Amino acid sequence: MSEAASGRLAHHFADLGQQREAASLGMWVFLLTEVLFFGGFFTAYVVYRGLHPEAFAAGSRHLSWSIGFANTLVLIASSFTMALAVWAAAAGKRRAIVFHLALTILLGTAFLGVKAFEYHGKIAPCFGDGPYAECLLPGERFDAAALHLEGDRGREAQIFFSLYFGLTGLHAFHMIVGLPLLAFIAWNAARGRYTPEWHTPVELAGLYWHFVDIVWIFLFPLLYLIGRH
Amino acid sequence: MTTAIAPHPTRHYLNADYGWKSWLLTTDHKRIAILYLVSVTLMFFIGGAYAVLIRLHLVEPTGSLVSRDTFNKLFTGHGVLMIFFFMIPAIPSVLGNFLIPLMIGAKDVAFPRLNLFSWYIYVAGAVLVLYALFLGGLDTGWTFYTPYSTVFAQTNVVLAALGIFVTGFSSILTGLNFIVTIHTLRAPGLTWSRLPLFIWAHYATAIIQVLGTPVVAITILLVALERLFHFGFFDPNRGGDPVLFQHLFWFYSHPAVYIMILPGMGVVSELVTCFSRKRVFGYGFIAGSSLAIAGISFLVWAHHMFVSGMSVYAAMIFSALSFLVAIPSAIKVFNWTATLYRGSISWQTPMLYAFGFIGLFTVGGLTGLFLACLGLDVHVTDTYFIVAHFHYIMVGSTVMAYLGGLHFWWPKITGKLYPEWWARVSAVIIYIGFNLTFLPQFVLGYLGMPRRYFSYPPEFQVLNVMSSAGASILGAGYLIPMVYLAWSMRYGKSAAANPWPATGLEWQAASPPPTANFPRTPVVHEEAYDYPRLLAEREETHV
Repeated sequence: MSEAASGRLAHHFADLGQQREAASLGMWVFLLTEVLFFGGFFTAYVVYRGLHPEAFAAGSRHLSWSIGFANTLVLIASSFTMALAVWAAAAGKRRAIVFHLALTILLGTAFLGVKAFEYHGKIAPCFGDGPYAECLLPGERFDAAALHLEGDRGREAQIFFSLYFGLTGLHAFHMIVGLPLLAFIAWNAARGRYTPEWHTPVELAGLYWHFVDIVWIFLFPLLYLIGRH
Repeated sequence: MTTAIAPHPTRHYLNADYGWKSWLLTTDHKRIAILYLVSVTLMFFIGGAYAVLIRLHLVEPTGSLVSRDTFNKLFTGHGVLMIFFFMIPAIPSVLGNFLIPLMIGAKDVAFPRLNLFSWYIYVAGAVLVLYALFLGGLDTGWTFYTPYSTVFAQTNVVLAALGIFVTGFSSILTGLNFIVTIHTLRAPGLTWSRLPLFIWAHYATAIIQVLGTPVVAITILLVALERLFHFGFFDPNRGGDPVLFQHLFWFYSHPAVYIMILPGMGVVSELVTCFSRKRVFGYGFIAGSSLAIAGISFLVWAHHMFVSGMSVYAAMIFSALSFLVAIPSAIKVFNWTATLYRGSISWQTPMLYAFGFIGLFTVGGLTGLFLACLGLDVHVTDTYFIVAHFHYIMVGSTVMAYLGGLHFWWPKITGKLYPEWWARVSAVIIYIGFNLTFLPQFVLGYLGMPRRYFSYPPEFQVLNVMSSAGASILGAGYLIPMVYLAWSMRYGKSAAANPWPATGLEWQAASPPPTANFPRTPVVHEEAYDYPRLLAEREETHV
């Protein structure tokens, strides 16, 4: 009964093994729903890319691939530090867990900062009295001329930027949810809540973080790279 | 088989604790089921009030009760409330929540706090939608078709869409909880091939909830983004495609029909077997057909769109795939019938509902085949034929199964017996009222009366009056169980642990069960539905 006494074993599980199995299956099923959630959005992207290839190519060309690439590296690095945090938890190295989680949070925040910078360049010109040059927010003030497009192509480019803001925004939202989660895990790790026998929360947070990274691995080429040339 | 348990425990989940906090902060799956019971019943009667107004309005061909705009809001409110807040959660969240841990010999679902959280999400979504209705409602129909919903509608679309979006996560998390519970918390000896068919049906349902609901969530989110921020996902002026919305919407909303019907099929499998006093016929086929329905459900969505503008070859494939659903559905109906064959059938209330289900589901299912035919579908699309068809499935089948299940497990849930005479009478009233309401609508639709219309030609009046008269009988039929079930909680006779008697671990727990369900984890040694053995054992103890 030492497991129950330590407060880690919930009353309805027989043992920690069963509890770990349930938690990990639950996380995988959750990630499955996330795949379908993003899947609907990606489907819209695929359909419209097929319908409006020129407007989408022009949209991609206008995005800065170098900033996107740098951000991709930042995010992959954060996945690496996350993996190290999980390794540290399995090895029972409390300080290493906290250190690597802190690095992960730092890299995640950096990613969001760069993203905010990118958004700002596209949204800021849409406000004020005009003339709204370089405004890339879909709507009345959308500046198709900035993409060297006019007429129908120019209107279709609004769909590209709707998808750009929608997909990257949804991805950023998942990161914003993930950061406090990692901070919470780090705080628990600092208090010594995780042992080599029971560190499932660290593993599950890792799964979530890797999933969010993988979504970006798809988003980067779809939005920034395909059709540039 | 474990030995008998004292029939009237002094301490059980209902009196384990008192006060509103003990309910609103509970993590006991049985109490959460009661929370859902109260909330879905409330939503059912609000949605029902909308239906009453619709049927009252349609008594006269010119429709003098409400304005055109109000009529649009009435059928939208009715659809949104009934589908998202009653039909989808009803059986899984109430009966599933209460019974799944009991049936598999567990103390609770895998994630009890998540379970409570799901209820709060459901309530939050319901509050948002009710608030939208209170502010004047919305007129898009429950289907939110673009570009009407995104560009033209002047009503509370975003608020209602947000409510449905939020509630969707309640459905996803419930499904997730059930999948993990069934995988990890089965009692020793309870192998997959020994699981009750109720569990198999809920497992299949949970798969659809987990895979389908996120897609409608993102679709509704896109509609909300388009309304709020002028994004152009479905705007034809900017090269957006409104038909894409329909594809995404039905990718969930057709499987959602099976979220509504599969748990009902699970209930009926239990009822038919118990009241035939036989082993279920074709256990493997019934279990497998639930999974087959869940699988095929994802491949048929575009049969809602035969007139929406789609390649004729795509339409042919979706038509053929839609016919495939008939196979696992028919497997169930034939196996239930074969279970009845040479059984000792007793006509208690749950069995009356089960018979109602089988008959009405057969009518609803077979008319579905009409709609899978490309040519015939064009004739009856958007007519009352469709309305009658899906009400035979949703109301005729799912609500019958829900009420049958509620009566069957009422002694377990409350520890009290309901009054059998009243229950039988109301089951018959509901059956008659239902058929009088919806059979005329098949005829109306076939003759060409469009659905969602505010007025109709005078020659359709007789059938419309019949339908409205039936609706009032149906409404009365639904109110009677409300009264006597509530009455029985206080004045009903105390129920034994296994009053019917029935097989299944839930009947080995006390009525009502203690908070921990079983004094010690049960061990299972036999198949489900071993009625011959159960009856033989009972015989011995009586002699």
